[in-house]
Amino acid sequence: MLTKRIIPCLDVTNGRTVKGTQFADLRDAGDPVELAASYSDAGADELVFLDISATLENRKTFFDLVERIAERIRIPFTVGGGIATVDDILRALDAGADKVALNSAILHDPNLLDKASARVGAQCIVAALDVRKSSAGWTVRTRSGTAATGRDAIVWSVEVSERGAGEILLTSMDRDGTTEGYDLELLSATSRRVSVPLIASGGAGTMEHIKDAFTLGGADAVLAASVFHFGTFSIPQLKQYLSSHSLPVRL
Amino acid sequence: MTVGIIDYGAGNIRSVVNALKGLDVRVHISSDPEVLSMTDKLILPGVGEARSAMEALYRTGLIPWLRSSVQPFLGICLGMQLLFDRSTERSTDCLGVLPGTIAIFNSGKVPHIGWNSVEHDSSDPLLSGIRSGAYFYFVHSYRASLGDFTLGRTSYVEEFSSVVRSGNRWGVQFHPEKSGDDGFRLIKNFVDLC
Repeated sequence: MLTKRIIPCLDVTNGRTVKGTQFADLRDAGDPVELAASYSDAGADELVFLDISATLENRKTFFDLVERIAERIRIPFTVGGGIATVDDILRALDAGADKVALNSAILHDPNLLDKASARVGAQCIVAALDVRKSSAGWTVRTRSGTAATGRDAIVWSVEVSERGAGEILLTSMDRDGTTEGYDLELLSATSRRVSVPLIASGGAGTMEHIKDAFTLGGADAVLAASVFHFGTFSIPQLKQYLSSHSLPVRL
Repeated sequence: MTVGIIDYGAGNIRSVVNALKGLDVRVHISSDPEVLSMTDKLILPGVGEARSAMEALYRTGLIPWLRSSVQPFLGICLGMQLLFDRSTERSTDCLGVLPGTIAIFNSGKVPHIGWNSVEHDSSDPLLSGIRSGAYFYFVHSYRASLGDFTLGRTSYVEEFSSVVRSGNRWGVQFHPEKSGDDGFRLIKNFVDLC
């Protein structure tokens, strides 16, 4: 039976893991390669690495890091942050990444999704959405959440899946780092409309939040950072908890 | 022991190479039949899309050689699918060493992504020491149906072939190089095959 995935997320800048709240106030959370190896050993199902600075000078450091991670872990991982062309995607995959997360670049040029998917296959492409709630509903933001796009999050989710994204990574900026729980309304509204796997992100604070993302939000996987980096609970504890609530997990 | 990894520009070759690093093997990454003929084992990795992959293989000139190669062979993911007659992914003719057509999952969320269990009867050397029901990492939209060639089966929407064999050619739909300890065991079993 296909299991629900637990995915620790490592935000990386200048070769270090950091974690902020609502995309700001960054705190240091350790060496990414060591963290990656310990999460892999603890039973993480996948990992996500986001180059949150993604400047040109950081780019080479980041790809070097991707190579070192690939040598250390034997579970799949996704990299994202600043990936803007098919060449960038090929470079990330060649460095050992299994998937790439695309965000600002596909908002700027949606055709990139079609091109990338045709070149490397939908299964390598994760469309990442940074979403804020407003009076108009949920809208997508770009450039690390700093700029509005005017796009409706659910409409854009449907479009990216039709254009060839193999998964959707849906981050609630309102909940990011708050540990108040995932935006379950956003998740369930999206999961009902898209036909590709949905990864919930933003707001995990308790094991119950994660259970709810699966049972009430309809997520196929959850991304979490703070709860793992700062030891609120461990991956084995979480998986035991989910299993005791009849959710299929890889133990 | 030498392992040839077939390089046709459509692989996650680095992951496979990394997985082989812990074993006592020399790895040759090549698209040259003369180089690959000298190796003891062959691995055909694959990520991506069937037609592009077959076109890339065609450009290497490897296809006739692959159909008649004699070494133990392991196709991974798309590399397994290419062993079959054809794929409905852009109506692609494949290598035709296994009978049947690869087709897309006709319901459920596609791609099938994540860790799923593989049921098998443990009698094949490739699966030695791996319990039936062990979890492996899958990421694919197309699948092979069950047949005489099925060694391992997995349920998603329906039962499909997750491990296949025809003579000295094996294929796995999942990514052993990304499947933790059990995946590493499978790769070691392949390397240890006589």
